[in-house]
Formats: sequence, C-alpha cells, structure tokens
Amino acid sequence: MVMTSELPPEFIVKIDYDRCRRCKRCVMNCSFGCMHFTDRVVPEHKLCVACQRCVTYCPEHAITITKNEMAYKENLNWSPETRQNLLKQAETGGILLVGMGNPRDYPILWDHLLIDACQVTNPSIDPLREPMELRTFLGRKPDRLEFVESEDGEIDIVTEIEPQVRLDVPVVFGAMSYGAVSLNVHRSLAMAAKRSGTLMNTGEGGLHRELYPYSGNVIVQVASGRFGVHSEYLNTSAMVEIKIGQGAKPGIGGHLPGEKVDEEISKTRMIPVGSDAISPAPHHDIYSIEDLSQLIYAIKEATDYKKPVSVKISAVHNVAAIASGIVRAGADVITIDGFRGGTGAAPMVIRDNVGIPIELALAAVDERLRNEGIRNNASIICAGGIRNSGDMAKAIALGADAVVTGTAALVAMGCRICQKCYTGNCAWGIATQRPELVRRLDPQVGSERLSNLLAAWSLELKEILGSLGVNSIESLRGSRERLRGVGLDSMTLELLGVKPAGVGQ
Amino acid sequence: MRGNCYIPSGCSVSGIMSESGRRQDGNAIIKSIALMHDRANGLGGGFAAYGIYPRRSDLYAFHMMFDDIVAKERCEEHFKDRFDIVLDEEIPTRPGGAYEGMTAGRYDEEGVQPITDPPILWRYFMDIPEAKTKFVSDREYVVEKVMEINSTIDGAFVASSGKNMGAFKGVGYPEDIGVFYKLGEYKAYTWTAHGRFPTNTPGWWGGAHPFCLLDWSIVHNGEISSYGINKRYLEPFGYRMELRTDTEVVAYLFDLLVRRHNLPIELAAKVLASPFWVDIDRMPDRERRIATAIRQVYGSALLNGPFSIILGHSRGMVGFNDRIKLRPMTCARKDDMLYMSSEESAIREIAPDLDEVWSPRAGTPVIGELDEGVV
Ligand code: SF4
Ligand code: SF4
Repeated sequence: MVMTSELPPEFIVKIDYDRCRRCKRCVMNCSFGCMHFTDRVVPEHKLCVACQRCVTYCPEHAITITKNEMAYKENLNWSPETRQNLLKQAETGGILLVGMGNPRDYPILWDHLLIDACQVTNPSIDPLREPMELRTFLGRKPDRLEFVESEDGEIDIVTEIEPQVRLDVPVVFGAMSYGAVSLNVHRSLAMAAKRSGTLMNTGEGGLHRELYPYSGNVIVQVASGRFGVHSEYLNTSAMVEIKIGQGAKPGIGGHLPGEKVDEEISKTRMIPVGSDAISPAPHHDIYSIEDLSQLIYAIKEATDYKKPVSVKISAVHNVAAIASGIVRAGADVITIDGFRGGTGAAPMVIRDNVGIPIELALAAVDERLRNEGIRNNASIICAGGIRNSGDMAKAIALGADAVVTGTAALVAMGCRICQKCYTGNCAWGIATQRPELVRRLDPQVGSERLSNLLAAWSLELKEILGSLGVNSIESLRGSRERLRGVGLDSMTLELLGVKPAGVGQ
Repeated sequence: MRGNCYIPSGCSVSGIMSESGRRQDGNAIIKSIALMHDRANGLGGGFAAYGIYPRRSDLYAFHMMFDDIVAKERCEEHFKDRFDIVLDEEIPTRPGGAYEGMTAGRYDEEGVQPITDPPILWRYFMDIPEAKTKFVSDREYVVEKVMEINSTIDGAFVASSGKNMGAFKGVGYPEDIGVFYKLGEYKAYTWTAHGRFPTNTPGWWGGAHPFCLLDWSIVHNGEISSYGINKRYLEPFGYRMELRTDTEVVAYLFDLLVRRHNLPIELAAKVLASPFWVDIDRMPDRERRIATAIRQVYGSALLNGPFSIILGHSRGMVGFNDRIKLRPMTCARKDDMLYMSSEESAIREIAPDLDEVWSPRAGTPVIGELDEGVV
C-alpha cells in the first residue's frame, strides 16, 4: 500500500504575481517538478528542494524561497527534523538517503585555528613583488640524497627518486564518479585541472575515452567495484588511487541505480546498460594490510612503476595507525577523507554519525608518520570539508601536502548544496544523467569557473605565506608553530599539536 | 631562564678566516664586532674560534656553563661514565672585564659595561672510551651526549663540543665578552663573532651565539620564520631543540646534512637557501635535476625568513643569506684572508686595504676552505 505522505513541505515558494510576467522560465528550469502553470505559476511547495534554480533564472526576481517556519510545539530533544525523519521512515520503512557531507553542528576545528603573521623582527613579504612558490610534488621521497663527484669535480645525483606528480597549486579536485556526476562535470574538471596545473579524480566509475588526452592531470581510482578498471585506464593517469573509504560514509559501499547507466556510462564502467553498479563495502580481495600491499604492487607492476599509488581512507578513530600501515604497505600518497566530505548518496545515519573531524585525523597521521620517521615516504592529501583558502592554509600547516576540493568545486560549477544528488534530478546539471539537465553545465564555463576558484585560492594562499614571512609552501607545510587555537580544550590542542592563542613561540 | 621564553633577535655577525691556516689572536675580531656595537643591545655576544687547542687537537673540548655547583657535579658524574676526562679546568676569564677601545656605541657616555654574573665556566678535554663507540661513530656519540646533557641535566649547558675549537659567549656586548674571555690570548685560524639584539630579555648565557655542536658553529643575524617545520623535521633524527631559539636548528641542519647525509657543504647551503623554481627551470639539465631533487626531498629543511649566517667548522667558514637577502652581508678578501660581516665598515676597521669586496647574491653561499694539507 502506498501511503500518502503526511510530511509538511520543507520550503515555501512565494511568487510575487505583481512582478511575474508569466514567462514560464521557472517551470522549465525546475527539475523537481515543483512549478506548474495553469493560468499562472503555481508552486507545489512539497516538491521544492531549495536548489534555487528558478530564483536564479527568474528575469523578474519574482520568486522567494523560504523555510517553512511552521510552528512545532517546542522541544529541543525532538527537533522538527527528527520528527520528520521518523514520519518518513514510518511511511517508507527504508534507510534515509541523503547527498553531500555531514551538515550537523559538530565543531568545525578550522574555525578554532588562527594563523600567525610577521611584525618587525621578521618582515612580511609582498607577494606582488617577490616570488611566492606553491609548487608541490606528490609521491614517495627518499630520506636523503646521495651524490657522487666525478674526476673533474662535477657533482651528480645518485639517488633515484620515485615518480612524483607536480602540482602548481596544492589543491586537487575530489573524486566524483562519472555516473554520480555528469560527463560535463568530468569535462569541466579535466579542463580546469589542466589549465591550473593540478589533478582531477575519476572517482570509481572509470574515465570516459574522450578525456584520455587529459591523462597528465587525472587521478584514476580503483574502488571495490573495479568499474572501468583496465590496464590502459591505469596507465592513462598521473596517479592511481585505491579507494578504501570515503569520509561521508566510512565502511559503506556505493550504489549507482540502473536507470542512470546509459550507453556511455555502460561503456566507461564496463557494465551492461541499465544494470545497477554496486560497489561492495570492502574490496573483496582486501581483508588485511598484506592484501592491500599486494594490490598496491599489482598496480605498480601494471603501470611499470611510473605512477605514484595513493590509498584513500576515511578518517576513523584509528586512522594514524592505519595510515602508518598503508605507507609501509607501499603507498606513495595517502588521502584522508574527513567526516564532512561530500557524497552523491549515503545513508543519513552513517553520514551524520560515523567518522572523525579531518583536522584531528590529519594532525594524528602527520605526527605518527613523523614519529616513525616515515613522513618523507608518502605525501598526505587532506580531504573532506575544505571550504576556502584559509582552511587550505591551516590544513597545510597541520601537515598536509595538498588538500582536496570536492564540494567547493561543485559549488563553483553551480551546485547549491541542496543535498538531493541521489535523486538524479540535479537542476544544475551536475549530479544527473538526464540529457536536458546535463546540457545546463557548459564545460567551457564550468572549467573556467573552476580555474577561477583555484586562481583565487592561490592568490589568497600567497598572501598568507607573505604575511607569515615565508616565500615557499614547504615552509608552511607541517609548521604548526604558525597556528594557534582559540576556544579549544587542552586535549584537543595537544592532539592538534598547536598552542593556545596568547602563547608566544 | 631557559625553557620558557623564545627570543627573536636582530644582531651583527663577523667572521675572519685565514685559508692558509695562519693563526691570529682574538683582538682583530673583537675590534671588528665592536664597530657594530649599535646592532647589539648588550644582551648577548659571543665568539667561535678554530685552532685554539693545537696541543689537544685529538680530544673533544667541551666548553660548559653551569648555573651552580650542583649542576657541575651532576654533569661531571654524567661525564665520568661516558668519557675519559683527560683534563678539566676553569675557562680563564677576567671578571668585570670590559672593552676599552673605541666602539661606535651611542651609549659610550654611560661608560664601559663590565661583564658580571657569569655562570660557572669550565672546559673538559675528553676522549671517548673505545667500548662506547662499537655501534655508533664517535661524532654520533658526542651528539647524543650533548643532547642528553642539555635536555636532562638542569642548569648544565654545553656551549661547544668540537675538537681544537671553542665557543666563548655570554650576556653583554660582544666586545666586552671578548675581553672577559681574554680572547687576545688565544690564536685561531678562523674567528666568528656575534652581537645580539634580542627583542626580549632572558639574560641567559647559553642563549647567546654562536650555537655549536661538534665542530659546527653558527652565528646568525635574523629570524627563521620556518622554525616550526625545521624543528619538526629534525626531531625524528634525534635532535632536541632545547634552547628555544631558532638559530640552533641551523647548526643541527648542517650536522644532519653534511655529517650524516654526507652532502657537500655547497649543496647543504642549497638545501637551506634553495634557488627559486623560476631559476631552477632555466638551469642546465644536471643542475636542474639536483636542485629539483633537493627541494623535493629536503623541503622541510629550507630556511625561510630573513637571515645572514656564518657557519664555522674545522676546515672552513661559510657565509650565506636568505633567498631574497633580507639581511645584510658583505664579504672581502685580502691575500689568504677571507672576511664576512654584516657591514663593510666592520671589515675595513681591521683590514682597510682589501683586494676584493663584494655583497654575495641572495642565497649564494660564500665558502672559505683551508688549503689542502693545512692543520
Ligand atoms: S520565471 Fe519568474 S517571471 Fe517567469 S514565470 Fe517564473 S516566476 Fe514568473
Ligand atoms: S549537486 Fe545538484 S543535487 Fe547535489 S547538492 Fe548540488 S545542486 Fe543539489
């Protein structure tokens, strides 16, 4: 029996009929079927997700979307959302699905960290006048270099350095699979990565052949479903990433519904059209660190030891020990994804309750690798909840080599974080395969907006370096001395390796 | 005062070296640093001298500072189990000593400022019992012991621990410190000196420059803005930053790079003050590979911030600046002599007639080396 929903609408769509000129643009733009036209525009409030597509495109600014401020009998324990979720489950009997990262009110530690600056004794540096270097290399570095001197006194290097991937900005795009997002998103990311000297990440759905020319700027992912993984794919990359976990849903697999698997996705993922693509929770060939090591070396063999291999894990309680094991298992790069990391679809209960903040995970991993004397052996990429260049600078100071922007990159392409990615109806042409919606994102425009975002972040990062009186990113990396905590308890400060504000060097 | 405050500083540096190994007394270096009186503020001065103990050149000479007799006794207990003490004696001083020559000091009218309240200053000439160095080299052993003493024996501090060299430093103006230590009575082929302008007042003798470990000595004008990461980089290698001043990381970095990683001094200087990527990208192939590898592997050892540094060691002296030359350094040559200083005037003061005077480019080391076969 299908029950009619008793849920009240979450948003109210107000149309200013005095201004509306009945152009129907909002009706055409709404991909959630919320806008109808009889003799005038009539919104069906219940269907509105506040994606703001109509608001953005209404030529008369006649649309306002507000929260449904319906009064509930006040109760701090039983929030309106909690009650609504119970109603939903009572109606459907299913797991509550959500998109995007953890939205809850957990402390955002970035906002409790402040950055130092120079005054008098060490001059700040003007990035407009002096060089400011952001160039970063990802990959395993030796602990030391050896040199030989030839008979005529020429010095040359003996140490062979394993493959390194060069980034012009210490930020890479997050893993988002073709299938979860549209091909136009992948196109935008690839073009922007190339233009800005950084990397996009295929996610677990393979790389469309059309994007093979961007191989120098692509991280190809190998996830538990192994979709689209073949030898040519592995070699069409700057780096290969084994995905163990994702911050938004640690320990949980993925599911791309069959209706999204069209011809192109089917070819890219190497599965039949219309079949569900299910990524199991664990890799069925990885049940221990030895197994992971085998896969790392299988990939290195398959790529002739020419590509760094990264392992991505979600930030969980024991992340530092796990990371150390991963580095010893042969990974050249380790990506840690915090609990605020985005997702196309995750069970709400997992997204909102599992994992730990990336700030603490990053600090713990960097410290652990240093204590074990293996920090040089792997680069650390910090993912999950980096919102702006300030977060990026703080992450680098805590010890990251580079950070990931996933959600922020989507926002640059139009995403409004409405969290309905799992519906396939994304009005901005991002998390959808509906051709009429996919068309809405022009890859030229998308890539330009992404490059602008990275350019802005680099300029801001250079300003921060300049104010710190350093002219190279490696002098910020891991330099926790340049951070101070405000409003943090002493245990958290200790874990972050940061002194409280007010304490000098 | 050690251990609870950090001291950023301004300062002056000066260095004199005879590449042919001729030894000269300390009066010249005192005169040179005295000229830069106003770059210091009386809160620290010091000297490093190489070649001063030729008759005991095969023994490690530990220059020690003790807060009190208890610290001295505890430290000697510590030494006894770990070294063979061949000779120990008080370091000769002239209490209340002060420089009587002219300085450029603004405050001359206030009269001389005698050195007072020294800690117990003692030196030990020591050998290492063979059994101790089965598994580590002599030098590694000494480094470990220095770290141990500085971090575990309260009130004891190793001012220097090399062979045939020593550090003489304290609280006061450098020229007065020089007189206090009777440097006119020592002869060295390399002298470096430092006058200090800390923007804080710890009044701790151990906090003055030079900072020494084995035969490395560092005098430093400037502040190291990358101190945080340099320190974290060094710690896993067993170095303990106890002195709460950024300068000690420079000494430890040289020790790590040159002694333990075997890098030629010139490349070690390239680690600490790397060329910029724009310049690296234009280098010929071999140099580019080396410079790139150095930045990839040793990025955490890059020194950032304003500095001019003179590194002394048994076989020479190296001067260099930060990558954009935010602090001054002038070099000069006359016959077998190499001079380096914060100011040209401080060189002219002792050697008016020079063959060559130049300001080294940012990040480019100037290297003085003893001639083959000398010493
Ligand atoms: S887009 Fe605006 S003006 Fe056009 S029909 Fe909708 S509300 Fe009216
Ligand atoms: S990608 Fe689309 S559906 Fe997902 S949150 Fe952004 S706008 Fe909404």
